[in-house]
Amino acid sequence: MRHFLDFEKPIADLEGKIEELRHLTGSDELNIDEEVEKLQIKMERQLRATYQKLTAWQKVQVARHPDRPHANAVIDHLIDDFNPLAGDRGFAEDLAMVGGIGRFRGRSVVVIGTEKGATTADRVKRNFGMARPEGYRKARRLMEMADRFKLPILTFVDTAGAYPGVDAEARGQAEAIAKAIETCLNVRVPLIASIIGEGGSGGAVAIAAGNRVLMFEHAVYSVISPEGCASILWRSAEFAKDAAEALKITAQDLQKLGVIDRIVPEPVGGAHRDRTTALDALGDAISEELGALASTEGGQLRAERRDKFLEMGAA
Amino acid sequence: MNWLTNAVLPKIQALVGREMPDNLWHKCPACGQMIFHADLATNHRVCSECDHHMRLPPMERLKLLFDGGLVEPIELGKPAIDPLKFRDRKRYSDRLREAQSKTGRNDAIVVAHGTIEGNAAVVAAFDFDFMGGSMGSSVGEGLVRAAKLAETQDAALIIVPSSGGARMQEGILSLMQMPRTVAAVERFKETGRPFVVLLTDPTTGGVTASFAMLGDLHISEPGAIIGFAGQRVIQETIREQLPEGFQKAEYLLEHGMVDAVVHRHKLKQTLGGLLGLLMDPEPKADVVKLDPASETPASKPVEANASAPMSSADRVEQNEASKKSKA
Ligand SMILES: [Zn+2]
Repeated sequence: MRHFLDFEKPIADLEGKIEELRHLTGSDELNIDEEVEKLQIKMERQLRATYQKLTAWQKVQVARHPDRPHANAVIDHLIDDFNPLAGDRGFAEDLAMVGGIGRFRGRSVVVIGTEKGATTADRVKRNFGMARPEGYRKARRLMEMADRFKLPILTFVDTAGAYPGVDAEARGQAEAIAKAIETCLNVRVPLIASIIGEGGSGGAVAIAAGNRVLMFEHAVYSVISPEGCASILWRSAEFAKDAAEALKITAQDLQKLGVIDRIVPEPVGGAHRDRTTALDALGDAISEELGALASTEGGQLRAERRDKFLEMGAA
Repeated sequence: MNWLTNAVLPKIQALVGREMPDNLWHKCPACGQMIFHADLATNHRVCSECDHHMRLPPMERLKLLFDGGLVEPIELGKPAIDPLKFRDRKRYSDRLREAQSKTGRNDAIVVAHGTIEGNAAVVAAFDFDFMGGSMGSSVGEGLVRAAKLAETQDAALIIVPSSGGARMQEGILSLMQMPRTVAAVERFKETGRPFVVLLTDPTTGGVTASFAMLGDLHISEPGAIIGFAGQRVIQETIREQLPEGFQKAEYLLEHGMVDAVVHRHKLKQTLGGLLGLLMDPEPKADVVKLDPASETPASKPVEANASAPMSSADRVEQNEASKKSKA
């Protein structure tokens, strides 16, 4: 059963009607096929209209949609011969941070991503995609490996944020994120980051300070969750909608601000309605960006990346 | 002993009409299953009943890893005999001689070169049967030579420890093998080639605490004991029950120390795949199917599409080829 978002109610109603009609077999009083087709067209029009003018808050819902392709789904689709690699070589394997080596369109790459989990059990195991310090230390280790073997790095960001917990603080969550950002900025290989769902604050930028930052059309990327921001500045989480608008968290806003480089289009109705089309488009975008960086020498890649982030918000 | 040796073996012996050596049958230390030696060998010493991975002697290990089972060991020379004139209940020199005649090798390490799934590799494998695979100067020498050989051959370096740790009988010189082997693998890593540690049962003490934790990749066999201090020492120190599965490969995976735990039957394939990804990162020429109908001339040099940004036509073809290869 498809999971519909609140604002998708008219679409859900139409889809319900279509389903009903399809089950009306044997009745030839109505020309069912014709009716279904009519409704189908109406529904698609409705879907297109809705998704063309999603508000920031609606995009937050889409970005958090449970059926949206998460990092593992992206890896499954885009990476061949994927070998997952585990561990920070210090404390633990953090299942919220997936990583490994494989081939992207023939070329060896190191892949890193935050993974929210596919099923309830998987989500619990992966701490809902909120990594602990060991996750960021693992990311850093894999980035250093990529640097050593001159392999491009592809990261896939989808997290509500780094895990806010006592244990995480005790083991230096802040230091782990800081070092991960530092490593992103230091490597001498192309680093292409893709915000595929939620880009939650420090937990996201830890693996997203790349030469190119790509973002799905309906993904969001923010310094704080709209709910968190609303409860602090509006003194009530009920103003999350207003906060979402004010924060400028959509791909369209972020491109204008120069924070991201490229928007990857999603199929009508969002990536969760047609994963294959969405992920093919992401693959093509990454491939183009990677191709454009292929001939740039390592030191230059590093210098360009540093300059790019030195300019963020510069007067 | 049990029904097999009491009842079955005599009958087989009667049938065959001659004395059957006891060592034709092996008992799995994990589940107790009796396994015929030939079956055990074909199964690379993995219990067919419970999947327990028994220790694999170094030559068998090398045969398992290298393509075609082709092993070319290098000559390691005679070790320096007993530098400290060490003696406990026995002379070290006597222990060495015993181990040498038992195993037929000079010390606890074998170094060989060959290819793994087509990737050039030098493998140094420990022999646990030689004084518990302990690391003295001569084992250290073997590792230094292995790293150097891998460098000259432009090959990956793979070390397969199976060791109780440093060789006490060589005193401080065995301790010095820790920094010595670290220096050897670090010098090797600076050349940009992969260094892989294949952790097998057991990897403990000064061996774990030196080169064995410095691999680009740490692959372990299931159930292998990997750790620093021995379990008895820890238990006597903390006087508490040790956690379930303590110091086993799976425990290390959970604690972030190894990249993957891989079944022995998948080891060669996994290792080969990883080496290919690290040593041969460019797209393979044969991935691109040259279509005579396209504008791409068939004589197009292979390097062009390996290093230059791909044209969109190439990309589509590659994409399709890679999808096919996945299916
Ligand atoms: Zn068994």
